Amino acid sequence: MRVRRLSRPPRFVSWASVGGYEESRGPLGEKLDFVDKTDTFGQKTWELAEGEMGRCALNMALTKAGLSHDRLELLVAGDLQNQCVASSLGAGSFGIPFLGVYGACSTCTESLLILSVMLSEGCATLGAAATTSHNSAAERQFRTPVEYGAQRAPSAQWTATAGGAFILSSDYGIISCERKGSVELSEVAVGKIIDGATADGSNMGGAMAFAAADTILSYFEETGNDPAMFDHIVTGDLGRVGSDILRHILGEKLPKAVSRHTDCGLLLYDSEIQDVHSGASGCGTSASVLAAHFLPALERGDLSDILFLSTGALMSPSSVLQGRNISAVAPLIRLTHRDNEKTEREEPSNE
Amino acid sequence: MDIYSEKGKKRLIKRYTPKTKLFKTSILAFIFGGTICALGEALRILFVNLGLEDKLAVTLVSLSFVAIASVLTVIGLFDRIARHAGAGTLVPITGFSNSVTSEAMDSASEGYVLGVGSKIFTVAGPVLLYGTAAGVVYGIVYFIAKLIEGGAVR
Repeated sequence: MRVRRLSRPPRFVSWASVGGYEESRGPLGEKLDFVDKTDTFGQKTWELAEGEMGRCALNMALTKAGLSHDRLELLVAGDLQNQCVASSLGAGSFGIPFLGVYGACSTCTESLLILSVMLSEGCATLGAAATTSHNSAAERQFRTPVEYGAQRAPSAQWTATAGGAFILSSDYGIISCERKGSVELSEVAVGKIIDGATADGSNMGGAMAFAAADTILSYFEETGNDPAMFDHIVTGDLGRVGSDILRHILGEKLPKAVSRHTDCGLLLYDSEIQDVHSGASGCGTSASVLAAHFLPALERGDLSDILFLSTGALMSPSSVLQGRNISAVAPLIRLTHRDNEKTEREEPSNE
Repeated sequence: MDIYSEKGKKRLIKRYTPKTKLFKTSILAFIFGGTICALGEALRILFVNLGLEDKLAVTLVSLSFVAIASVLTVIGLFDRIARHAGAGTLVPITGFSNSVTSEAMDSASEGYVLGVGSKIFTVAGPVLLYGTAAGVVYGIVYFIAKLIEGGAVR
């Protein structure tokens, strides 16, 4: 069994999203909490800019919840840079016990998964998860210099300059903060590493589609849930190519799930007017779309139940040059709207 | 549980991955590359008319393009042009200039010795290495050809 129902499901107390220039031009531009159209976030280097994005997002989430940072007992954060340096640069000033995680583009879900399990198990009662990615920092590290003039493949995706921070609490008895929140993180599933069958670094969506399919199919097989129970099955950043492949697989194996599928990488940008090829990528994609789009809808009750999984392409510039296939992993979380008055809803059991 | 075999996955990826529009990109590369070459010729004629020797004029044309591409890179225009031009801006010396300038800009934050100094030719490295190597091979071929011709090698 890989799907776990949390014994004390934590709730989202608050969240915040940040974005850069391209993100501000996209369909979600208006919904982002903070946008810096220069992409620098007032910093001298792209690496620091990414750190500042995470710090901004966390700060805004804290402000929204009316909390001071010393109330947080745990911060699980990650980004796209080597050794998660952006997260530690950004979050260092807060002095919160810190876990740096790296799951490539799956970092958002991975950090929420780890945090929620720790909260559920009583390791902390109030914690935060934060995820960022910065286009220029990622280009430098994984591809070519920022201003290098190259033509990109049609299947290539645009690493988002975006991020999100989430504050969660499992405190049911004593209200530990002003807001309780009505979005519950109820189930988690850790995905397996699935071979993407391609070594093409400009087709990560295609390589990641199989990991997403594996996690989704395993989830429904194990729980026996009906895809129709969910408003959406959200993937992180498969983009156009990856989404097409995933829908093809779901169409063969689980046709009911096809119409439920939606992808953050296709929501962040308007591919008609923005030159982003196959869509958005980078762990900030799922973090910002979750914080700017899905969580507000869940909080309001417009959405009642979603499965959220982001996919990470596990490769390095060296592994790609050495001709190794890109592997991918897709952790999954289930986000459910709960009315604060009603306590528990009847759900089909996993067991 | 593997959803599909490696072969099946590859087939799916191939099916859904859009191909580069060869015709469109080739035409664009031809137009941009051709324009650059025509500009080069115009510059050469200009330099010759200014009284320079032809050989010096040709060298100056290359230098001019290196300078222009470098400036365009710094002001952030080069990559926007190259997005459409493709090989049209990559193949002429403009591509070399852009690769060096952009890497220098990026690594400047890491210091002038270990940053710029060690990384400036990261992208341009292959051009330097294989350009030099090709020069050596050409020299050897030229030397042997002259020997066979029986003429004195000077």
